[in-house]
Amino acid sequence: MTATEAAPDGAALHVGRSLRRKEDPRLVTGRARYVDDMSVPGLLHAAIVRSPEAHARIVSIDASAALARSDVELVLTGEDMADLQSPLPCAWVPPGIEVANPPHWPLARGVVNHVGDAVALVVGTDLYAVVDAAEDVLVEYESLPVIVDPRAALADGAPLVHEDLGSNKAYEFSLGGGDVEAGLAEADVVVQREIVNHRISGAPIEPRGIIADFRAGSLTIHSSTQVPHFLRLFLSLMLGVGEERIRAVAPEVGGGFGAKLQIYGEEALLAYASRRLQRPIKWIETRSEHMQASHHGRDQIATCRMGARSDGTITAFHVQITADLGAYLMLLTPVIPVLGAFVMGGCYAIPNVRTDITGVFTNKMATDAIRGAGRPEATHMVEVMMDQVASELGMSPPAIRRRNFIPKEDFPAEVATGVIYDSGDYHGSLDKLMGKLDVEAFKREQTELRNHPTHPIYRGIGLSTYTEICGLAPSRIVGPSGLGLQTGLWESAMVRVHISGAVTVYSGASPHGQGLDTSFAQIVADRLGVDPEVVEVIHGDTGTGPQGLGTYGSRSLSVGGEAIARATAKVAEKAKAIVAHELEAAAQDIEVSGDRFSVKGSPDRGMSLAEVAGAAYIPENLPEGMEPGLEETTFYDPENFVFPFGAHAAIVDVDAATGKVSVARYIAIDDCGPAVNPMIIEGQVHGGITHAIGQALYERVHYDDDGQLVTGTFVDYSLASAAEVPMFETDRTETPSPVNSLGVKGVGEAGTIAATPAVTNAVIDALRPLGVTFMNMPLTPMRVWEAIEKAKGGVPA
Amino acid sequence: MSATVPVRVTVNGASHQLDVEPRRLLVHALREELGLTGTHVGCDTSSCGACTIHLDAVAVKSCTVLAVQCDGREVTTIEGLGSTDDLHPVQEAFWEHHGLQCGYCTPGMIMAGVDLLNRNPQPSEGEIRHAIEGNLCRCTGYHNIVKAIQAASGQQTEPTSEAREEVQA
Repeated sequence: MTATEAAPDGAALHVGRSLRRKEDPRLVTGRARYVDDMSVPGLLHAAIVRSPEAHARIVSIDASAALARSDVELVLTGEDMADLQSPLPCAWVPPGIEVANPPHWPLARGVVNHVGDAVALVVGTDLYAVVDAAEDVLVEYESLPVIVDPRAALADGAPLVHEDLGSNKAYEFSLGGGDVEAGLAEADVVVQREIVNHRISGAPIEPRGIIADFRAGSLTIHSSTQVPHFLRLFLSLMLGVGEERIRAVAPEVGGGFGAKLQIYGEEALLAYASRRLQRPIKWIETRSEHMQASHHGRDQIATCRMGARSDGTITAFHVQITADLGAYLMLLTPVIPVLGAFVMGGCYAIPNVRTDITGVFTNKMATDAIRGAGRPEATHMVEVMMDQVASELGMSPPAIRRRNFIPKEDFPAEVATGVIYDSGDYHGSLDKLMGKLDVEAFKREQTELRNHPTHPIYRGIGLSTYTEICGLAPSRIVGPSGLGLQTGLWESAMVRVHISGAVTVYSGASPHGQGLDTSFAQIVADRLGVDPEVVEVIHGDTGTGPQGLGTYGSRSLSVGGEAIARATAKVAEKAKAIVAHELEAAAQDIEVSGDRFSVKGSPDRGMSLAEVAGAAYIPENLPEGMEPGLEETTFYDPENFVFPFGAHAAIVDVDAATGKVSVARYIAIDDCGPAVNPMIIEGQVHGGITHAIGQALYERVHYDDDGQLVTGTFVDYSLASAAEVPMFETDRTETPSPVNSLGVKGVGEAGTIAATPAVTNAVIDALRPLGVTFMNMPLTPMRVWEAIEKAKGGVPA
Repeated sequence: MSATVPVRVTVNGASHQLDVEPRRLLVHALREELGLTGTHVGCDTSSCGACTIHLDAVAVKSCTVLAVQCDGREVTTIEGLGSTDDLHPVQEAFWEHHGLQCGYCTPGMIMAGVDLLNRNPQPSEGEIRHAIEGNLCRCTGYHNIVKAIQAASGQQTEPTSEAREEVQA
């Protein structure tokens, strides 16, 4: 099927509209069912004993006091689980590159490697009782040397996280094109900066949760996950239970942000213990556990060198990343910086771009995908460097960007990193942004604020023009013999028309707040002539529908939605054949018009979807050889990624006396192709920006030199609250992607990718009059104040 | 396990007799004993506000209240505010203005919003932001939450969604 064949016949009646979400009535009334809202007869509860040490040998574990309690059923340690078939998975095995991957077991075996490493599982009859019992498990540790700084970890003689590996270096990987050294040599200026994308937490407001129920040889596991199908597969491998005997369900999931794109030890642990006890067991992560033991994101230190000619043309960009992987490789840990490397050239025609990545083990929780996953880091580097180079050349930030944008007419554009950007109009989005800025008013306010006699405020403006690589797929590029992910990356859809004309859609995507029930229903409704209200979307359950791959990487609309459009087109095709047969017309003359399948030019001659379904399920008069029923399945593997883009601006105010930064205005122009539901797009952008403002100004997962987690709760890990962000000014341009029939590109990560450099550039812009020319995130009051004092020549206390 | 204590509490208009450990948190009593799972737990430091309920008509974080402290008192949870057939104006406004995405913080956020409007029927944007700063949302960036609370207070707001009827027309 070609892309255009999946498009609807007539005008879109539902796609493109800001319909209220189908999901919301249950959510606003407290009637939704997240994992912790569920129970099963005979349910037991679990608590986990975790390491308080960053690196230590386990000398002994004494569970006798816990086991002596009448309300405790089981205590498991790593040694009790020697029959586990395999350790936790890492899905990246790049061809020709060696990646050191130490075994990572659900419960530590002999050595703990980070604070929060799981040591024992306690199962009992009551939630409070198992927490008490976990405290009764006595673990004796013998401390080992700790390594926290990833660069120090590479030095000779550094303490080793995994002694048997002989090094803390996990791998080296380079990606790029052209010749960066030659490009830098021909530059008039070369600017070098060390750019830090610090460690952050995903921090969905619903922590992780699991109910494992193993009975009569089969496992049902409910988990707050983004990837139920991967969970089923890996539990099958780890437990040695056939995949057909495992049902993994992601029920209502309270946000993921990548933190639930993982196969976690607790999932295997609960399943294992449930098999042992033949009882259902629930475990709900506490927030403190989330901070310790749900994977973190970012944590890259990069030496960036960007060369430019005096007219602003960028000649080369070279980035050397030290990626702090933490103690273990989890599902995608080592490949995250590589995802960023694909777009290290940003939206610019830079002929020479190379990213050299060194992945390093440290005594911290693993890093992995957090909203944006590698692309926020890359975009931050590119966009902060663009401003640094502009300043060096005395150019304005918009001017240097315009000088280097890939022109609209060059798309599809193969860039130096080897990928083909599908479509773009970077001048268009920057023009639209600048049109909203009112630079004159900004300058006037800036002067007034600075000149305040008693309380000067330094106002700055920062730009970020970005493109991202989304729609994770296509299998031939990212699969085993390409990038090296040990999976395909297509998506599936099954569209079932019931005899009543109602429609159920089964998607392999696994949304967790994105509103895809609504967006998907809008796509189907237009193609079948029904109201979105009668289209129900089922997802996140391996026991229903076809095989799927889950929700991450802004892929669910451009891959999953396109699969739905195609499956729906197949249903429509069959429906048209039935209508043509019933009305004695030619199938190619039947079209979907309003709420009918009707004969072109004769709208009164037609059938509703319910009438078609009646004919399909009571097959008294079907065309010769046609099977009864009305449902179709599609697997869709796109030909290329999609590349959303846009232009963002932040206006910030810095109080030089305290170092406090506040965001006065934030303007975002995003292009994710034609909108399916503009309201949902705006919501995704708002949330993404706020996530990034949090990263830029407040959030930091911080370990001290002993590997102790300093930011272990929401008291010291600060998410932005409503009081820290303004109303956002959003708008869009619509440049369709040629990759899929919907033309869509995805928007879930855009705000997170675009906003950290906009905010950082704005803060640096604000501080230039004070002599500060560069800063790294997080731009906390202390750090900003210190930078100001240092620039003044004073010595900060 | 320590001895239990009897607690008589009215929840969403119905009176209940509970026997709870003195250390039992109100949120757990609501969720586990009474099956009112619309009140959520998102942290362990009273930071996130997902568990916000009304105790004697005032918003409190139910993870910071012991069930025994509620003896003789009245609790309202999200389930008592409105139903899918009869939404409270704040619930309706959250729906209409896309004030939620994953929905996990939503019940607590709505209870905080209702509490604000009880005290201050026409809050400014700044007053709304201040009133809900103890309720964390990771999805929405608060923009549409603020808008929803403004709309529920009867203040003029830009439309966010289309009514379904308009689409049909």
